[in-house]
This record gives sequence, structure tokens and C-alpha cells, in this order.
Amino acid sequence: MNDIVIETRGMSRHFGDLKAVDQLDLSITKGSIYGFLGPNGCGKSTSIRMLTGLLSPTEGDIRVLGETLPKNADKLRQRIGYMTQKFSLYQDLSIEENLQFVGRIYNLSAKHLKRRIDELYSLYDLRERRKQFAGTLSGGQRQRLALAAATLHDPDLLFLDEPTSAVDPENRREFWERLFDLCGEGKTILVSTHYMDEAERCHGLAILENGAKRADGSPQELMAQMGVNVVEIEGGTVGAAARGASGGEDLRQLKSQLLQLPAVLSAAQLGTRLRVLVSSDIDAPRSYLQQLLPQQRSMELARPSLEDVFVSCTGGRRGIA
Amino acid sequence: MGSLNRIIALLVKELKQLSRDRVTFGMIVVIPLVQLLLFGYAINTDVRHLPAGLVDHSGSSYGRNLAQTVEATQVVTFVARYDNVYEAEQAITRGDVRAVMVVPRDFSSRLVEYSSAQNSSGISQPEALLARPVAQWLVDGSDTLITAAVNGLRSMPLNELFEQSAPTSAPQVFAVLPYFNPEQRSVVNTAPGLLAIILTMTMVMFTATSLVREREQGNIEFLITTPVHPMELMLGKIVPYVFVGLVQTCIVLALSYWVFSVPINGGLGTVFAVTLLFIMASLVLGLLISTRAQTQMQAMQMTFFLLLPSILLSGFMFPYEGMPRAAQWIAEALPATHFVRTIRGVVLRDAGLLDLTFDIVWLSAFALIGMVIAALRFKKRLD
Repeated sequence: MNDIVIETRGMSRHFGDLKAVDQLDLSITKGSIYGFLGPNGCGKSTSIRMLTGLLSPTEGDIRVLGETLPKNADKLRQRIGYMTQKFSLYQDLSIEENLQFVGRIYNLSAKHLKRRIDELYSLYDLRERRKQFAGTLSGGQRQRLALAAATLHDPDLLFLDEPTSAVDPENRREFWERLFDLCGEGKTILVSTHYMDEAERCHGLAILENGAKRADGSPQELMAQMGVNVVEIEGGTVGAAARGASGGEDLRQLKSQLLQLPAVLSAAQLGTRLRVLVSSDIDAPRSYLQQLLPQQRSMELARPSLEDVFVSCTGGRRGIA
Repeated sequence: MGSLNRIIALLVKELKQLSRDRVTFGMIVVIPLVQLLLFGYAINTDVRHLPAGLVDHSGSSYGRNLAQTVEATQVVTFVARYDNVYEAEQAITRGDVRAVMVVPRDFSSRLVEYSSAQNSSGISQPEALLARPVAQWLVDGSDTLITAAVNGLRSMPLNELFEQSAPTSAPQVFAVLPYFNPEQRSVVNTAPGLLAIILTMTMVMFTATSLVREREQGNIEFLITTPVHPMELMLGKIVPYVFVGLVQTCIVLALSYWVFSVPINGGLGTVFAVTLLFIMASLVLGLLISTRAQTQMQAMQMTFFLLLPSILLSGFMFPYEGMPRAAQWIAEALPATHFVRTIRGVVLRDAGLLDLTFDIVWLSAFALIGMVIAALRFKKRLD
């Protein structure tokens, strides 16, 4: 099918004994924003580097925009954009000089380049600072410059490696607006993140842990198929509050108690409540929990979030969060 | 066409970055300026005014006269008198003096022997050979240059000691005619050699660190996802520094000519042609380092690893011919050796390109092959 932009079969990359990426199968459709979600060291950057042709896979097949990688990496250069995790433009050049340099490297004609840079100034709100050195820009400005540089040559496919890690929430939201604009123009975007709220904006999502894919699908599908029920238990009984004891102590006790149960996948404190993930093997999770507790607690079923999905399919946070 | 555009883009970027790094930019001018002035004056193989001691047992005014005659050669300056040889030896050990002249008790009679041998020279040689030396030198022989300077005093004429103007000293076996440097000034040989050393230092370091800096600062990861070809990247890195090297060459040659009166006997075109070759070879050497080094620190260390042999083995400091065979082989592998030979040939001896074919071919081949290896080694991959 022509609509598949990225396709991998068993893509793996080993560094010595470490399997940084292990048997990854991907199928990413044109015009979508696809996310890699996972903690640091889960293989997100390594995967992106293989998909951009910077790293050769230890094994597996990769096809990006119809080209076989890493063999035909050179043919791909003009058609992909890559925004690295670390800022990789020149700090001692101004915004204008950086963009001109990138444009010439991509062989844009002088006239076209001038027009394109002008467009990008407006789009990413960089015009006023165009004479400023990149090294003196704020995190948000730098990130907009990096995105402008990665999209300067109008690539069909964009790789963004943790683009918002050094950016405040306000700028993050705006940044995603720009990503949806690009997506609307028919570009495909692959973005890696460890923020749940960002992952939730993606059309498709792969949850990675230790180099392996734990789940794949749209956020809605993932939440629906999670196989877990979410119960929120209200903490701090009236008596406890009257005695002046903090509800926190009480909740921590309850949490360690619940984590003993095999059917409880995770329990995490959220303010004065405890968010408990109960396996869907249990038919009535509320009464299941209630009968185990020494005293009456108010509890209710909650809407699952992506974080719940993440926790349930990686299991990495059990007992830690 | 696209390729040329990319090289120009890289070149413009490199020059902009260089012009913003004030310290580095300043060093381009300061290094050749200061080093040539410093070493032009400092490096001197003519030993003069060695501090010397005097032990005079002669008890006559002849001993003092001898000391004055010796001082007139400017090789030594007597700074102390000692009563006996034991004291003099201790002074040498302490480092107070480098040499001591011991005038013996029977100095007068020895002088007479010497004088008669002189006067009869040419007629009865055996008698001249039998004459005893008039005095003795004790020398701190650890530095062979100093010993050689004092050795030079062995055959100094002593005519001034005898009030009469005696016939000239013993006839010389050889007449020596020093070409190209008739006044025997060290700087004439040092200045063109310094050009090799200064260029080795700056050129190798510039390219060695500049590519590694891009790696350290993460620029490389972006660059290699662009359509840039390794060869374009290498050329973009080299060309700006060729200009830098030529500026430094002009500074060194101008200072040599006007401050140190070093003659530039060869044509300027030839001088710049061979220098350009060496600049290319040095820049390529730096590129080779940069494909190996992971950090700027490593690149600097490798540069210095090369710099010391380039100074000591290239013929800049010591004559190439005097080194053992193995050291000569090592020297042959250094571009600086070939350039020291070439530039001295052109600047001092007005040698033509044809006279220096071997070194010129060697430098060209080094630059070309090195460039290809650097481009091959620089893979557009991270693994």
C-alpha cells in the first residue's frame, strides 16, 4: 500500500549485549503524527536514528518513503527532516545565518530560499530575533528555530526526537499546533516523547520499553483495550482528619496493602485519592476492593488515561510510583 | 553545481564562526608574529660570551694578556678567578662557569716553544707538532655545542701576545666558502624553518579541532542527515584555512625579510606554490586526526604528538643528515620534513620546482591520498 510511509520488520539494534531496539515492527501511514512513548533509554532515539539512516540495524528490514535503509539513505536526505534531541544548529551563528546555511546545504535557489525563510519567520515567530545568535535564544525560541530548519526544505517526513524536553507548557502547546498544521499539509511526523499529554495528541502510538514495543495503536484504542479497570479510592476518613493525622500516611499504608494483591497492577497517589489499576479479570472491581478494606471508603470507577495504559503495559511503575 | 553551492555554504559558515571567535582569530596573526620575533632572536647556534673562570699559575703579565686575547674572540667572558684547579672544578659543578682556562706555571717557556714553532712553520713541521699546548681548558662537556665552541679556540692565533707582528698563523688545510649565508647568521636558516613549524601547529590544530567541535556540539548529527557529501564537508573545512595559512605565510616572510634581513632568493610564485602544498598537506593531516578523535581534547593531544617530532626531526632544529637511519625514516613520514627542505631550498638557494621534485610530489600525494582517506573514514553514519 502506498500510504505506508515507514515500514519495519524485526528492526533491531544491539550495542554489545544490550538490545537497544529489539524486533520492532512498525507501520506508519502517510499524513499522521506517530509517537514513540517511553522512558529514557527505551530505544526511542536509536529507533529514530535507524529510520533516518544514521545507524544501521543489527537485523531487520526498514523501508522509509519506499527506500530500503540503510542502503539508500542518500536518496532519502532531501525528503526527510530531522530535529535532533540536542540542539544541533550553530550557536555562534544568528537565526538568519543558520537558516541560510541549512537552505544552501539543501540546495535551495537564492530566490526560493529568501521567500522560504521569510515564511518561516512568520510561521515560527522568529523575525524580530533573526539577527540574534542561536546560543542566546530561550529554549522555546531555539526549538522553533530547530523546527524551522528541519522543515526548511519542505520534507515529506519529519523526525522529531523529544522536541519539547526543554520547553515550558505554553510553548509546548503552541509547538503542537504547528505540528498539526504540518500534518494538515500532508506531512508525516514521527515524534518521540516521554510526556503523556503529548503522546495523547498523536494519531498512532508505540509504547516502548527496553527496546521492545509493548503496545501499538491510537490512544483511544489503547485505552479501550487496556484490560484494566481504574478505581479511585477517596482517602482520609472523617475520623482521621479529626485526629489531625494527615491523609497521606493513611493512603500510603493502604497502597502498600493493595499492592500485595495479584489483581492490583498499580496504585498511585493523586492528591487525597489513590488511583488503583485492577485487572479486568475481576468483574466488579469496586466491591472486590471494598471487601478487602477494613473500613468503608468511598470509591468510584474512573476513565482510563494514557498513563494508566503506559503503567499497565510496561508494569515498570509497580510499587514505585 | 549543487555540490559547489554546498561547499560555499560550509566555507562561509566556517569563516563566520572563525571571525566571531576573537581569540582564535587574533592568534592567527599573533602566533606567527610573536614566534618569529621570539625565535628569530632567541635561537642562536653561535655560542658567545660563555661565563668562564681563570686559574693563573704563570705569575706573569703574559697570563693576563692571554686571557684578554681569548676574551677578544667573544666566545668566553672571564667572570671569576680561582686559586687552584680544585676550586675551579667545584665552580663548574655549581654551574657558576661553563669552562675554566688553566694557565700553567711554565707558561712563559711553553709560549716560547709555541712561538718558535710558529716562526719555523713550513720549514720543519715535526718541530711544530712537538710544541706543547700553552694552556689548558676544563669544560662542562655535557653540552656538545659549548664544547665545540671551546674546541674552536684551540687553533686561535696568538700573534697579539708577541708585540711584534709575527707571520700569520699556520696555513689552513681547507678554505671554506659558506654559500647562501656568508655571514653565518643562524636566523637565515631558522626563519624559513619556522614557517614550517608555525604552519604545522596552526593548520593541523585548526582542522583537527574544527570537525571534532561539530561532533562535540552535536552539529554533526544534523549535518549527516542533510545531503552533504563527506568530500564536500572536508573541502568546506579546508578551504577557509588555506587563506589563514597564506596570511600567516605572508607575515612570516615579511618579518624575515624586513626584520631579520633573510634573503628571499627564490621567486615569490615558487615560494607560495610550495607553501600552498604544505598548507594543504597539514590541513589534511588535521582532518585525519579529526576523523579519529572523539573530543577536542583528544584532537589537541594528537596534534602535539605530531608537533614535537615535526620540530625536532624535520631538520628545523638539527641537520637531517646527522640523525640515525631510523629517525630519518620517521622524519620522512612527516610533511614538515619535506617542507623544511623545500622552503629552505626555494628561499635560500633559489632552487626551482624541478630541483625539489621528490618533496613536491611527496607533499602533493600526501594531501591527495589523505583527503580521500579522511572522506572515506568520515562515514555519514553514527555507528
